[in-house]
Amino acid sequence: MDSSQYKKQYEKQKEYDKMVKMASPNSPIFMDCVKAFVTGGLICAFGQILKNYFSSMGLSQDDTGLAVSLILIAIAVLLTGLGWFGKIGKFCGAGTVVPITGFANSVASPAIEFKKEGWVFGLGAKMFQVADPVIVYGTTTSVAVGIIYYIVGLVR
Amino acid sequence: MDLFKDIFSAFWVGGVICVIGQILIDKTKLQPGRILVLYVCLGCILGAVGIYKPIVDYAGAGATVPLTGFGYNLAKGVMEEIDSSGFLGIFTGGLKAAAGGISGAVVFSWLAAVIFEPKGK
Amino acid sequence: MAKRIGKHTAVLDKPIYIISAASTAGKKEGEGPLGKLFDNVFQDDMYGEKSWEMAESKIVKDNFSLALKKAGLEETDLCISGDLLNQDSASTFGIRDMNIPFLGIYGACSTFGEALGLGSALVDGGFAETVLAGASSHFCAAEKQYRAPLGMGNQRPQTTTWTVTGDGAVILSSRKKIGAPIITEVLTGEAVDMGVKDANNMGAAMAPAAAELMTAYFRETGREPNYFDVIATGDLGYVGKTLLIELLAAEGYYLGNNYTDCGIEIFDKDSQDTHSGGSGCACSALVFTAMFYKKLCEGKIKRMLFMPTGALMSPTTSQQGESIPSIAHGVVIESR
Repeated sequence: MDSSQYKKQYEKQKEYDKMVKMASPNSPIFMDCVKAFVTGGLICAFGQILKNYFSSMGLSQDDTGLAVSLILIAIAVLLTGLGWFGKIGKFCGAGTVVPITGFANSVASPAIEFKKEGWVFGLGAKMFQVADPVIVYGTTTSVAVGIIYYIVGLVR
Repeated sequence: MDLFKDIFSAFWVGGVICVIGQILIDKTKLQPGRILVLYVCLGCILGAVGIYKPIVDYAGAGATVPLTGFGYNLAKGVMEEIDSSGFLGIFTGGLKAAAGGISGAVVFSWLAAVIFEPKGK
Repeated sequence: MAKRIGKHTAVLDKPIYIISAASTAGKKEGEGPLGKLFDNVFQDDMYGEKSWEMAESKIVKDNFSLALKKAGLEETDLCISGDLLNQDSASTFGIRDMNIPFLGIYGACSTFGEALGLGSALVDGGFAETVLAGASSHFCAAEKQYRAPLGMGNQRPQTTTWTVTGDGAVILSSRKKIGAPIITEVLTGEAVDMGVKDANNMGAAMAPAAAELMTAYFRETGREPNYFDVIATGDLGYVGKTLLIELLAAEGYYLGNNYTDCGIEIFDKDSQDTHSGGSGCACSALVFTAMFYKKLCEGKIKRMLFMPTGALMSPTTSQQGESIPSIAHGVVIESR
């Protein structure tokens, strides 16, 4: 194809893109947001109840946070195993994706699914198929933050 | 009444953080996996520049339970570790702070995979 | 010998009889509007096997056996089949115990159309007297390979289609069978890419391929859409159907009430929450074998254009940011 043909093709694609946008229904964003707000809020509120309970038991602030996370992770993993998280997540949308429950679900679901490919190269290797980027970029960002913080500390 | 106030602020702040994620999913067609990465990095940076701490102080679990809280923890961990053990803290602080959550997710998920069979929709 | 009358259209010399059709469908498909028409409906995603992949292979095998049984045959000269899994594994593992010379094909969701076209050509050319042609897909196995693990709590965008679980197979033969519909023309599509990148909107990616082939066919034959009692595309769904109608109208061809899409026929979108409709190799294969084939045999449809469509992306190409090339393959089927 020479350049004029490329241009023609590009114009055709742009026009088609407009047609596609017209023909494609959008997600019901308002209702999605209401659901995400209520369900995400409730998960956090539940976390807060646990948090207050643990600190009344005398746990330190860091340990309280960890205990709350572990309980929410355990619940999310259990619901994933039972096959209920898919349905719950479909209703809640970001309400269950954004809290730590979404992270737990994204570790548990490939783990369960890929065990068919074996314990080591299936379950073991693919458990973090979805969640690994979170660890990779989280760690990298934290190291970058650390380097800057260290240098700033030296300068001071 | 303090308990009620704590729960309420956790509810609405947590809810708002989720709604932002929902808008990103619906409007930008970002896959949830990308949202998670974005949230963790954002939490880490906001934690480092000191914006996230006041939110945590106000909303408690409303700010720590969303994945931004996980990122905030990474930043907090790395800075505290540098304060206490110096240069090498850059490499240990973040994951040290996240260790509990990651180990929990790994072990629980492994157990779930042992117990449960994959299910269709 | 067949006569090629244009770049995309070949007219077969001999009548190619479709002497039997078999359909095996999953639970959700069984609950859909066509539920009662399927030969077999199974309830368990695993179909009694260890994995979804092996389940699909077993479905292929059982449905092929059923097609042979219905035709009163032990075996055919050739088998042509394909599916969505890597290396066509559902078909190859399904056929491995059947002792039939096998040609595995890949045309994504257009596979059934490709199998019918190739099978007819081979029978017409005398390479085989009987050909078993089929296609299969499995929702869980396809999601696992193409999208996210099934346990993930995600929302599906409104433009997504639902991969159909099941297998549809027919037996093509040069031997006359009274009442059997015949394939008269074979349409071969080209890969068309209009720059759609959204793997959650495959109807939009595939509509241009169907439009291109249909327009070419009407031009090459001088026919109009109303020449057919039924025109059925494979799995464009609601989004793709709307787009195809618009694209053809722009070329001066108007699709009327005789046009439908198999992805729309197979599910009830309101009660089954399937958004834009059904998709997957089994979508057109099941709708054809369960519904259109019967109507053709009964003479309720005299002449139809059947055109499955396929989106030819892989998870790798999508991750690399490539757009989705698509294809359509058609056959003209008549009842006599």
